[in-house]
Amino acid sequence: MNRSSKILRYVAKRLIQGIPIILAIVVMNFFLLNLAEGDAVDVLAGEAGSATPEYMEEMRKKFGLDKPLPVQLAVYLKNVVQLDLGRSHRHDMPVTELIVDRLWPTLLLMTSTIMLAVGFGILLGLFAAINLNTWKDAMISVFALITYATPLFWVGLMMIILFSIKNDWFPTSGMENSAAFYEGFDRVKDIAHHLVLPTITLSLFYLALYTRMMRASMLEQYGQDYVITARAKGLTERRITFVHVLRNALLPVVTMAGVQVGALIGGSVIVESVFAWPGLGMLAFESLFARDLNLLLGIFLLSSVLVVAVNLVVDIIYCFLDPRIEVN
Amino acid sequence: MNSFWNRFSRNKSAVLGLFILGLVVFMASIAGLIYPDDPFLYSRFPLSGPGVNGFLLGSDSIGRDVASGIAHGAKTSLLIGLIATLAAVFIGVIFGAFAGYYGGLVDDVLMRITEVFQTIPSFVFAILLVAIMKPSIESVVIAITVVSWPAVARLVRGEFLALKNREFVQACHTLGMGDVRIMMAEILPNCLSPIIVIGSLMVATAILIESGLAFLGLGDPNVMSWGFQISDGRSMLRVAWWICTFPGIAILITVLAINLVGEGLNDALNPRLRERN
Repeated sequence: MNRSSKILRYVAKRLIQGIPIILAIVVMNFFLLNLAEGDAVDVLAGEAGSATPEYMEEMRKKFGLDKPLPVQLAVYLKNVVQLDLGRSHRHDMPVTELIVDRLWPTLLLMTSTIMLAVGFGILLGLFAAINLNTWKDAMISVFALITYATPLFWVGLMMIILFSIKNDWFPTSGMENSAAFYEGFDRVKDIAHHLVLPTITLSLFYLALYTRMMRASMLEQYGQDYVITARAKGLTERRITFVHVLRNALLPVVTMAGVQVGALIGGSVIVESVFAWPGLGMLAFESLFARDLNLLLGIFLLSSVLVVAVNLVVDIIYCFLDPRIEVN
Repeated sequence: MNSFWNRFSRNKSAVLGLFILGLVVFMASIAGLIYPDDPFLYSRFPLSGPGVNGFLLGSDSIGRDVASGIAHGAKTSLLIGLIATLAAVFIGVIFGAFAGYYGGLVDDVLMRITEVFQTIPSFVFAILLVAIMKPSIESVVIAITVVSWPAVARLVRGEFLALKNREFVQACHTLGMGDVRIMMAEILPNCLSPIIVIGSLMVATAILIESGLAFLGLGDPNVMSWGFQISDGRSMLRVAWWICTFPGIAILITVLAINLVGEGLNDALNPRLRERN
């Protein structure tokens, strides 16, 4: 069998492996919803102000809440498959619609964060490995240690104090200045201006992570036999580092970029609530205050699916990057 | 024990971490003595800067003492971090031990479950759990436990896989020991070192998760915590930078100290791994 059809089969196999995980998360979602105090009817009745027990009973019948649990679960599964995640009582809109609306600001934030963190992480890690055991290397290690220990939301607030309040360089919150009605390139510039602080805040942790990983990966590659061969051949250290070692050292860093997506989603909830960035994280934060569980569960489900999808994509990219990897 | 301390103290930053952690623990234990009043108690002096009106680190929007909040908050952070980690290690050890020891179908089922929990974005899951259970110390501990145990389970499973066919285990089988006794009394003590290391690092992560939850308004409303202080001071950011700044530094220092101690433990307990990286 040739390689491309092998990869296709591998992708199909991984897709099938992902399905039970998603299914398990959906079922868990259902039970969590049932665990919560009060059901949709209680919420609606609470909002209406007054409701007789008879009326609530009737509503329960209408929503199918009087049926046995397995039947309710089946209905819930059917709805999820049809991308129907229920209604948000706070926004009075289908959850799916709300999530799709708020998806792209989050994707924008996450993409810029990953690019910044991976890019600079690779550079810093490379720099640390070249200057191994010098004060430059030590400084980078100290930076990584401190970054690991700093809560994201606090970094965000300190950024606001330093760069928005003390110096009026960047806006404190939001994604764009909607009162200015910018269009075309001006709007892009405005959004980019708002994007700076949230991106830096969210990327710091990952920057530290990729830096450490890149450094370790470089050191591991330096110990390989092919480096000795290259030296024996009379290549310059420069050429060995940048042409041979660097390329091989990049591989593990690429994989980790995928593995960290789950944590990145969690981080974006924090960062979006700090900077009022109107994405999924902010939506989750708002739903907490409104006790809008349907919405929160929807966001949770979507982010889990996102993690499964990204891991799959990274695995496939990895196959193409490193032909040595067996795809059986 | 002596040689353990010798190896640990060779790592100077780990000793520094231990010293700082000692100070934080000390501060938490005497919080009630130096600040006998309820940390929620408000005063007539709102928004005093650090050192003004007798507030060492300033006061917040309704005149609560920031320093008192930090001292009392230390107790909350350390306790939640410790209890959640102990619970997560307990669950992780059971899962990992059974999966690694029995292998086959048991391993498959347990590891699939672990995989699901590892796939779920952990912080979002923690938010969801606390929101559903209503914010309280217990729900925060449960949520952190639920999102932390899979890492322990994977580690313990790996150790058990490596140890279960060793001679000393076969000797136990020959002696007619029961499976549970072999697992818990014979194999487990042999993989304590990595569990201690991962556990110490998990305390740090737990404190970070707890502060994040409290920041989002999901802390116990009746218990002072660093995350709560920061989230409360947020709206005053423009006029009173100190309310958010100092509790954040407290989190940073504590988590940093625990991480340093964890790395020191790793060096001291796994001498073979020392030369790595």
